[in-house]
Amino acid sequence: MSALPGSHDQRPAKWVWIAGALLLVAALVLPFLVKNYRVFQFNLVLVYAIAILGLNILTGFNGQISLGHGAFYAIGAYAAAVLMDRVGMPYWLTLPFSGALCFLLGFLMGFPALRLAGHYLAVATLALALAIPQLLKYKHLEHYTGGVQGIVLVKPDPPFTFRLLDQPFSADRWLYFFTLAVTIVMFVLAWNLLRGRVGRALIAIRDHPIAASAMGINVSLYKSLTFGVSALYTGVAGALGAIAIAFVAPDSFTFVLAVALFVGLVVGGVGSIPGTIAGGFFILFVPNIAESISKGLAGAVYGVILMVVIYVMPSGAAGLVRLITGKMVRQGR
Amino acid sequence: MEAFVHQIFSGLANGCIYGSIALALVMIYQATHHLNFAQGEMATFSTFIAWALIQRGLPYWLAFLLTFGISFAAGVLIQRIILRPVEKAPVLTNVNVFIGLLLIFNALSGWIFDHTVKAFPSPFPQESALKTAYFSAHESGSFLVMLAVLLALYAFFRFTPVGLAMRAAAQNPESARLVGIRVSWMLAVGWGFAAAIGALAGMMVAPSVFLDPNMMAGILLYGFASALLGGVDNPWGAVLGGLIVGVLENLLGAYVIGTELKLTVALVLIVGTLTLMPSGLFGKRVVTRV
Repeated sequence: MSALPGSHDQRPAKWVWIAGALLLVAALVLPFLVKNYRVFQFNLVLVYAIAILGLNILTGFNGQISLGHGAFYAIGAYAAAVLMDRVGMPYWLTLPFSGALCFLLGFLMGFPALRLAGHYLAVATLALALAIPQLLKYKHLEHYTGGVQGIVLVKPDPPFTFRLLDQPFSADRWLYFFTLAVTIVMFVLAWNLLRGRVGRALIAIRDHPIAASAMGINVSLYKSLTFGVSALYTGVAGALGAIAIAFVAPDSFTFVLAVALFVGLVVGGVGSIPGTIAGGFFILFVPNIAESISKGLAGAVYGVILMVVIYVMPSGAAGLVRLITGKMVRQGR
Repeated sequence: MEAFVHQIFSGLANGCIYGSIALALVMIYQATHHLNFAQGEMATFSTFIAWALIQRGLPYWLAFLLTFGISFAAGVLIQRIILRPVEKAPVLTNVNVFIGLLLIFNALSGWIFDHTVKAFPSPFPQESALKTAYFSAHESGSFLVMLAVLLALYAFFRFTPVGLAMRAAAQNPESARLVGIRVSWMLAVGWGFAAAIGALAGMMVAPSVFLDPNMMAGILLYGFASALLGGVDNPWGAVLGGLIVGVLENLLGAYVIGTELKLTVALVLIVGTLTLMPSGLFGKRVVTRV
């Protein structure tokens, strides 16, 4: 049953460290090589990568299919926005609160999810994603959520300024580095969580729940906790997204967002941690390109690519990379 | 009291629509044990085909029959071409394909027929014998259509060899294959029926909600809720579930929470049903031996 990736040996080879270091240097220098708007877009790529990582922990590693992670993203974003706007909390302090709230809600959603498997869970979470914009518009919550108009935030200023490569250290560049730092922390935590005992337990539950419980894994608790942790990741991503865009409104968190996260997961590679970054790039840039060719094409492109991925490279971008590097290693011998 | 009764009856009229979508979902579930997320979008697309045919000057009922046939064929083709390669794949793969289909059909509807809201004609004249104190002519007309479909389906499954073969293929694929039933083709026929019933539901709902590419989004969710409430393996249950959900939605909307939280009601219904009684009101309780 280990046809899905994620169950292979997770010990990093030497070239992984080198590739990681190169990637980090690129991520540090990149914002000074491109225009402000691009920096903002790269910031969102990281945000989506964290959100997709959250979904991946749940769907890729634990086998619980969710189409509703747009809802947790929305809740995280709104929690951060309300805390900043109504309470006056500094932006960096909102992340743990958004995360904690989403963890709690995800954990609670994890209980009915125990009863549901496969398609049913997908339907229930789909309903969650569809219901959340309506709840955010609800008139009795308007005092907090700002109703249809949403909440406009102030983009935080960088704590210090300098110029590098003739580019000023703008608010967007500062937020990019802020998001980058959070992303690295979140990815390292996820990697440590998933490569050890807990990760093995999650994969065991995904592949064979009965055998997992026979080995002494508390399946219900693990599944609910996974739902919580997954929602936490996506909620933190939502908060970071709200800070970066400096605006939240119910209509930014429709079904389209939920589907986009799912598409990012599949394209990046189900059960792959680095793949989530590829997924982030994909769901930010591909719809833009598609929309510039023809209005309304983004949906069709998503749909077609989902199909193509399923039939041509079922393990996503990560699987493709593994295939190519595997071939190269074999030829080198 | 008069208003209350009116709410109930208009809820029943909506319930018919939910019931027919639920019926289409149950059809696919019975044949394949999959829930088709793309059902609503496929139905919308079929309705657009009917609209285009009527615009070309075809009489309504001819367009109706043509759409029914086209949808059936399209459903069979989709199963043969797109779903057959992943028939035995894991659930995630199937969900993936359904989401892909949903996105493609939604985009196609918008692309071919553009996003403007269109009026769709009702086949039932305003002032006719169908108009009663509580139902408009269209409401009672679509109720009759749905009843007819349900009876036809029942007869099909109960009295025809193909219907029997389909039931056998769904219940026990291995044995069915041994007695010479082409199981995979039975799945395709199931898809065809579901697409055709979906088209029918689309054509019945379009006159009251108007036609645009996202027509079915909310209705699909209610269809899901109805199917689950009625028991996802029971066609009669699906219809009854649809009626219950329709009335419930209308009463809650009128007296309790207002119309803005309609989708939240569907969410609560789905999660509630699945948590409290996973087999629904009339479904079979499934026990798995470990």
